[in-house]
Amino acid sequence: MTDIASHHRPLLPRAHRRGIKLPYLGLLPAWLIMGFALILPIFIVGAVSVATRGAYGGFDWGFDLTGYRQIVFNEGWTGEMEFTAQYLIIIFRTILLAAITTILCLILAVPVAYWIASQPGHRKSILVFLVTLPFWMSMILRVYAWMIILGKGGPLPRFLGLFGAPEEMTLMYNDGATLAAMVYTYIPLMVLPVFASIEKLDGTLIEAARDLYGNRWVTLRRVILPLTAPGIASGAILVFVPALGAVLEPILMGGGKQMMMGSLIQLQFGGGRNWPFGAAIAVTLLTVVMLVLIAIAIRSARREIKP
Amino acid sequence: MNRHHNVKRYPGLGLLSIAFFAYLYAPLLIVVLYSFNANRITSVWTEFSFKWYGSALNNSALMAALKTSLIVAGIATVVATTIALLAALAIIRGKGVRFRKLSETVVNLPLLLPEIVLAVATLILFSLIGLQNGLLKLVIAHSAFCTPFAFLPIRARLQGMSLDLEEAGMDLYATRWTVFRRVTLPLIFPGLFSGAMLAFLISMDDFITSNLLSSGGTTTLPVYIFSLIRAGTSPELNAIATMLIVGSILLATIALSVAAHGQNNND
Repeated sequence: MTDIASHHRPLLPRAHRRGIKLPYLGLLPAWLIMGFALILPIFIVGAVSVATRGAYGGFDWGFDLTGYRQIVFNEGWTGEMEFTAQYLIIIFRTILLAAITTILCLILAVPVAYWIASQPGHRKSILVFLVTLPFWMSMILRVYAWMIILGKGGPLPRFLGLFGAPEEMTLMYNDGATLAAMVYTYIPLMVLPVFASIEKLDGTLIEAARDLYGNRWVTLRRVILPLTAPGIASGAILVFVPALGAVLEPILMGGGKQMMMGSLIQLQFGGGRNWPFGAAIAVTLLTVVMLVLIAIAIRSARREIKP
Repeated sequence: MNRHHNVKRYPGLGLLSIAFFAYLYAPLLIVVLYSFNANRITSVWTEFSFKWYGSALNNSALMAALKTSLIVAGIATVVATTIALLAALAIIRGKGVRFRKLSETVVNLPLLLPEIVLAVATLILFSLIGLQNGLLKLVIAHSAFCTPFAFLPIRARLQGMSLDLEEAGMDLYATRWTVFRRVTLPLIFPGLFSGAMLAFLISMDDFITSNLLSSGGTTTLPVYIFSLIRAGTSPELNAIATMLIVGSILLATIALSVAAHGQNNND
């Protein structure tokens, strides 16, 4: 009976009153796990990057910029500072390879996304599914597949052998091999957002461009590309950010010599055991990522303001 | 009319796109083909054979790694999906929630930051607080980075859902909990299911974090495969890869078609 009695109170205010507290309870686990396993640890990385290196690996708390100084200077036997370019080259290579990966993905993705968008409904959803599918397969296996293709005796060196390339040729262990694996692993992340924005494109605008005697290329450059800019921007973020942090591609395809920031960090916390230096590289990588995200956010904000 | 129709078409696009799909799937197909090669040397084809599948299935280190991966992925999926469901309900349905946008960014944070940075961050954290249990370390880290993958399909489903049925339930004097259990939950099930599957796949596939956190007894499948690759390509490795590729295709197909089916029902 009490149950029924309680229902005589108006429903909406009750729902409203309970609705204010419940959402915060619902958000609590998410904040807890992200705070504990993500946000707090990232601040700790910042602290470790200015700590001193421990005698037996690890670190001792303190304030010491050795980790950052090591990026640019090598300390000689007598304590003098010598300029060293090796880590700057790694940082430069990381940004360059990530940028080339993004551009190659873009060049491939725009025509493919445009073609998929022009297909009839049912076939369209199957094609989108086929683009998505490789993304859900193991990253390490997708890189491994390229080790087979480019490796000694693999399909590609053999094919080039038909044109007189040397028998024992390998296409592995260089920046080109790293790049091939990176484009392959990240391309689905570019096709999907570009497709989504092409699909929203207003077809009458393309027809209008044609009526005004714009040829195909003018239409592409002046109408289609500007209107799909938001999709291109989000695809660029989705590819560029993980490409900056690539670990597996430089380790497996670059052969350990052609390092990127991701594999350098991995090395410092795996075998190298110089945590403050590794943390300093990690903070540098994070800074580059943040700068990219902020730059793209500012650009797209400006585009929205412009008529 | 015909002229207008033509202007949207660019010559050669179809051919280029077919080449693109070949590029997407040929590398995987080559791994699958090589796994049936009887010869120990991967690149020299002798005859068709299933023998590497037999030796892969009898590999006890592989099975131990698979077991570790399944335990970690199983627990991380349940934890991540629960966290994601609660957060999505709060963000989409909560009335007058402050910091809604901020909370959404926090949930999606693992997608915005390079994984290697998150991996070393958790490594340092666990060493600072002296957490020794390898399995627990993996479960905590995986639960965190799987959460956004579970969150996005659930959020999409909740957003596309009309409030009518829930309001009808309330009008019939059902309690909030009954409405949630009997109306909301069945309606968002496709999103919940595909979110959980995707979280599971992401956890099973993870290499970067697991490699830094795993120790002697807690080698996960990708970490074990990495050690095999380092030792040199082998036909057994191709057989393992093929089984994993087929497994991923099955799970991803189920997850994505359940999500797509749910989307169609919404319209």
